[in-house]
Amino acid sequence: MQQTRLGSLDDFQKGSIEIITGRAEHYVMSNVFEVASRSKPYEKVVVGKNLKYVIETLRAEGDSPWFVASHDEFAITLDGEIKIHFVKPAAGPLVGDDVEGTVRLAGQPEGASMGYVLLRRGHQALLPAGAAYRFEAVKPGVVLQQTILGACSVEKWAEICIH
Amino acid sequence: MNSVPQQNVTATDPNPVTGYRTFRLGDFEFSRDAYFVTVKWPSNGQQRSHQMDADDFLRAMMRDVAWGFFYGWVNFDEVIGTRNHYGRVDLYAGAYNASFREAGADYTQQFDTPLIMATFKAILKDWVNEGFDPFAAPEETGSAFGPKHGDNIAAIERSRIATKRMPGLDGDSPLRDDLPVNRQFTDITQDEPEIHAAPGFERELHAFNLFKYLSRSDVTWNPSVTSVCKQSLFCPTTEEFTLPVFHGNDRVEWFLQLSDQIIWDVADKNTGEPRARITMNAGDIAAMPADIRHKGYSQKRSMLLVWENATPDLPKRYESGELPPYPVQM
Repeated sequence: MQQTRLGSLDDFQKGSIEIITGRAEHYVMSNVFEVASRSKPYEKVVVGKNLKYVIETLRAEGDSPWFVASHDEFAITLDGEIKIHFVKPAAGPLVGDDVEGTVRLAGQPEGASMGYVLLRRGHQALLPAGAAYRFEAVKPGVVLQQTILGACSVEKWAEICIH
Repeated sequence: MNSVPQQNVTATDPNPVTGYRTFRLGDFEFSRDAYFVTVKWPSNGQQRSHQMDADDFLRAMMRDVAWGFFYGWVNFDEVIGTRNHYGRVDLYAGAYNASFREAGADYTQQFDTPLIMATFKAILKDWVNEGFDPFAAPEETGSAFGPKHGDNIAAIERSRIATKRMPGLDGDSPLRDDLPVNRQFTDITQDEPEIHAAPGFERELHAFNLFKYLSRSDVTWNPSVTSVCKQSLFCPTTEEFTLPVFHGNDRVEWFLQLSDQIIWDVADKNTGEPRARITMNAGDIAAMPADIRHKGYSQKRSMLLVWENATPDLPKRYESGELPPYPVQM
């Protein structure tokens, strides 16, 4: 059997676009490992955008700030080993339903620890609406986040895309 | 009780030589023999016809049925296909082919979804023989060819997984621990994430091994939902051989290659003229603009994340020009 090729921060091969007519930039193509290899820890770099919805690539390294969102978000680990700690905010919702996207919190919110999940490569976690969470990674890794464009989202398409 | 009315599928008796039935849907006629499917339609007072290899045709029709006509245009090849209007469906011949259009040899007819669905299902039921699984890659299944012999009802009754929030949650779609690992993913680690929920929060923390889940997919080219953020749907799938249709979407969609490699042929949605070939390796993410059609080639079974925005009014907004076909202006 042919080995399954999974990418990582240390081992990825960006693809290519052969144009017959039109422009390469219309395909908005990047490689999430390349993006994470050039990002600051937990910088939420938008690599996919469909109107208000986004896919973000995060370089996981050390401890992240605490985050929360008014809606469900999802995280998929594509490289490394990442712990996600959860807190149920004691004072009720930290963000209103009208606020979409990830909100960065100033510190650890008051509330009960909900526990943590430990994700390795290929693992997916639910980041439930209203729960505060933070990431922790001993070694650099890569996380994809499914969410909505928010205050922490960083768009730098011209830097990351084939054009 | 199921209150859906019985659909009147129009079919002949089995042909005495081939054993297959011939089907009529509006002005279209579908027949098959040992090797080919023939589609006939009227245009400009003449009868036109088109042929496809039976295996290619059945793989394409299998996706169209399992996806419920999907989003936008499902081209079986450069001539035949369907366009979903979500409640009604266009069946067309040559309508998105520059040469047919120019010659006026194209034809489109619209049907209520239940009628075209019932007819397509009846065609699959009759034309898929024992030993042929139109959802599988060629190396995994038998031949589609020859006179009628038996059937494969179990294989054609699979449908897209409907997930409300995330697989494995209470009351949501199941994980795939009961399915075997596909022969081309035996090197995928089968460990599950560790969930250390504090007392009282056992039902709120949730995680699973997505790559394990995909390694056990028993079908190819079948986007199935694994996470739902409002109208944002992650629909990963495992791909091998060719995407059996040339998909033209009525909205922008995105692909993120999770493993191995897929090459995409990209062509103009309306005319079929080639525009680009995109090679995507693990970690590559790219948009499929709203004005193209695409067909993928995957020589090894690979994992692909298809990302859809299911907002209902998008086709109208793209068609009116309110939204540009490209998702990002650089």
